[in-house]
Amino acid sequence: MRSVRAFAATAALSLLAFSTIALAGQPKQGGILRMYHRDSPGNASIHEGATYSLNVPFMPVFNNLVIYKQDEAQNRMDNIIPELAESWAWVNDNKTLSFKLRQGVKWHDGKPFTSADVKCTFDMLMGKSQQKFRQNPRKTWYEQVNDISTNGDFEVSFNLKRPQPSLLALLASGYTPVYPCHVSPGDMRTHPIGTGPFKFVEFKANESIKLVRNPDYWREGRPYLDGIEFTIIPNRSTAILAFVAGKFDMAFPTHITIPLLKDLKSQAPGAVCVVEPTNVSTNIIVNSTAPPFDNIDIRRAMAMALDRKAFVSILFEGQADVGGTMLPPPQGLWGMPKNMLESIAGYGPDVNANREEAKKLIQKAGYGPDKHLAVKISTRNLAEYRDPAVILIDQLKSIYIDGELDVVETANWFPKIARKDYMLGLNLTGNAVDDPDQSFYENYSCGSERNYTNYCNKEIEKLFDVQSQETDITKRKKLVWDIDKKLQEDVARPIIFHARTGSCWQPYVKGVTVMSNSSYNGYRYEDVWMDK
Amino acid sequence: MFAYLVRRLFLMLVTLFGISIVIFFLLRIVPGNIVDILFAAAGYVDPADKANLEKELGIDRPLIVQYWHWISGFLRGDFGYSYVSEKPALQEILPRIPITARLAGLALLFSASIGIPLGVISAVKQGTRLDYALRVVSLSGLSLPSFWLGLLILTAAVAMFGQIPIFNPNPATWLEAFATYAVPAAAVGFRSAALTMRITRSSMLEVLRQDYIRTARAKGASDAAVNYHHALKNAILPVITVIGIEAAFLIGGLIVTETVFNIPGVARFLVEAIRWRDYPIVQNLVMFIAVVVVSANFIVDMLYAVFDPRIRYTD
Repeated sequence: MRSVRAFAATAALSLLAFSTIALAGQPKQGGILRMYHRDSPGNASIHEGATYSLNVPFMPVFNNLVIYKQDEAQNRMDNIIPELAESWAWVNDNKTLSFKLRQGVKWHDGKPFTSADVKCTFDMLMGKSQQKFRQNPRKTWYEQVNDISTNGDFEVSFNLKRPQPSLLALLASGYTPVYPCHVSPGDMRTHPIGTGPFKFVEFKANESIKLVRNPDYWREGRPYLDGIEFTIIPNRSTAILAFVAGKFDMAFPTHITIPLLKDLKSQAPGAVCVVEPTNVSTNIIVNSTAPPFDNIDIRRAMAMALDRKAFVSILFEGQADVGGTMLPPPQGLWGMPKNMLESIAGYGPDVNANREEAKKLIQKAGYGPDKHLAVKISTRNLAEYRDPAVILIDQLKSIYIDGELDVVETANWFPKIARKDYMLGLNLTGNAVDDPDQSFYENYSCGSERNYTNYCNKEIEKLFDVQSQETDITKRKKLVWDIDKKLQEDVARPIIFHARTGSCWQPYVKGVTVMSNSSYNGYRYEDVWMDK
Repeated sequence: MFAYLVRRLFLMLVTLFGISIVIFFLLRIVPGNIVDILFAAAGYVDPADKANLEKELGIDRPLIVQYWHWISGFLRGDFGYSYVSEKPALQEILPRIPITARLAGLALLFSASIGIPLGVISAVKQGTRLDYALRVVSLSGLSLPSFWLGLLILTAAVAMFGQIPIFNPNPATWLEAFATYAVPAAAVGFRSAALTMRITRSSMLEVLRQDYIRTARAKGASDAAVNYHHALKNAILPVITVIGIEAAFLIGGLIVTETVFNIPGVARFLVEAIRWRDYPIVQNLVMFIAVVVVSANFIVDMLYAVFDPRIRYTD
């Protein structure tokens, strides 16, 4: 009898424990997610900006045609899912991308969403509509799009000049929301209207951004949260202390540097933190139009003198990645394999041997122990720019290059680069989508507005087009590796490292996924909930 | 007294006119403008888009035209629109003024209410251990940067109480509202209090050696009456001057304190506006601060006249 009772008690306890676990795992509705924001974005229009300071608070207001699955860390072609589109198809020899659109979707002001909104948005992005964006930083993404055609209210097609499989990836980015036709670009900067899981409430510059749950959201049962409140705290110390004190449920994504992560974990041991690559590379822009860097030997010597591991260990305690233009694997989809990377001059593991080679090149150019080359290394007046620039100066000393740090205010940075008023610049390049089309065309294509160094190699440009049209991923990968290798050998924009940073949240916040190969695409927040 | 008042008022207007010119042209001397920054943030430069935006914002016009546009608008009460938020400048500035005013007021109150009594005590107890201790406190107040003190307070509050006294826009109780301002006010006011204390002490020491103080004591006046009625009243003039100057300098301390305690006041807003080269905000805000500072000096001048009747006739 006693054993039967014991069995019954055990069974009851097990059942209770099981149901508790099940309940704990069940998403709960309600609650306001409180997050600090690292700075005050200039406006609220995602299409007019190029910083994830915009995407984090405003991506939840919108929907795309398609989106990367928000609960998977790696952005890949095979985890793109429909959002405002219900389905898509490549037709006409892969020169037309057609979407069937979701019906019954409403904008936050109650007006219906139709194919006209899609056409309006992309016509504006391509600069083909009467209404213009004040700024249009991603116009080049749609260079292969001839036009957008609609067929009724719920079918839209992107007609391309040539096949470009990566268009789908670009459309899945957090940078590609669909805007309403009936709201002007000016109004979208101050009061965005979307179809997304959260409605915009207010944006007080330097103070706060408030979003509230969209009760008419087309995805049933979502979002779980009643709202999201961002408090703008530019001072990193204050922001992190406030997170530690429990004033916020979540730290601003990717805001915690590796050294700070240790402090944070010691002060808030319960916090959940993940470290992921941001797909932001730190690189050197070289003015090859003027002496001394018009000499390829000096450019190569400089690239060969880099001790990338030293950068990574000093700035990231070993937690960053060395690679070429594309983010290295395993998080990066297109990065060169290690053996290929190490075959590039300057990437080999023996730094001293690399530097000996570099010394020969610099001596060939007429410099040496008795005649140092004096250069100015310009960079923006931000810690993530300044710190690696200082290390770079130190490393260049080993090959008789004496660097002087030239710190430039943000307002003057691009005008200075555009004037070619620099010798070497330390720069950061963020990639919104882990796809070669975005990176190659934007940063290395002849005439691209973001190709700051005006690097132009027609041969490589042809290869850009070849890889861009390739539908076989394995073949495309090989083409991309070859291009990336050539870009590094050409010292087009020597990549020093790819950064990693930490993202933290309180243990009761569930359903957060930090993207591992982009820091621009994972902020829809419709699956986030709070277990409290 | 009337002539004195008119002279001071005239001087005030001339000063403000000069300041308006300095603000306007200094801002234009600083390299880069809002358009450069917007394009820097977007990571590209398109000359056509840039020119369009410069035209839209009116920063392509000759400087003198821009100045006239601004100052005539300012005098009419039209403060223009923020380049960044595209909202009326007044709408951006006004809600922030009471926040900073409360903070600055509390800081000054803290400075005067701590600095003056401690300065008097330090002077009266000259050479004692208490005097030395107070002088150490005042020296530390002058030496500790307010941002460091602010961060120290925040770190200690988190470590000791698990709470962080940063700005709370919706305080539940008046006590919470008071705490929102009191802690940062103490952080920024500590330096002013230290300065006020030192000035009060040295001024008091000078006065306490005067013959009329000895006479007052000989006539049997109590220590309190001598110190506070006879000595302090005469020693207070330089202290008032310093507090007046401190009110003007406080804005510098507030920029840091508002940043550390995340207070959405005008001081931090001004720095952000300068960073964005948001001319309508910077010009109007600096002009507003200039009006406050010049007015504060005007009030101090009037107080001089009240406290020292000779000034009315000799100035």
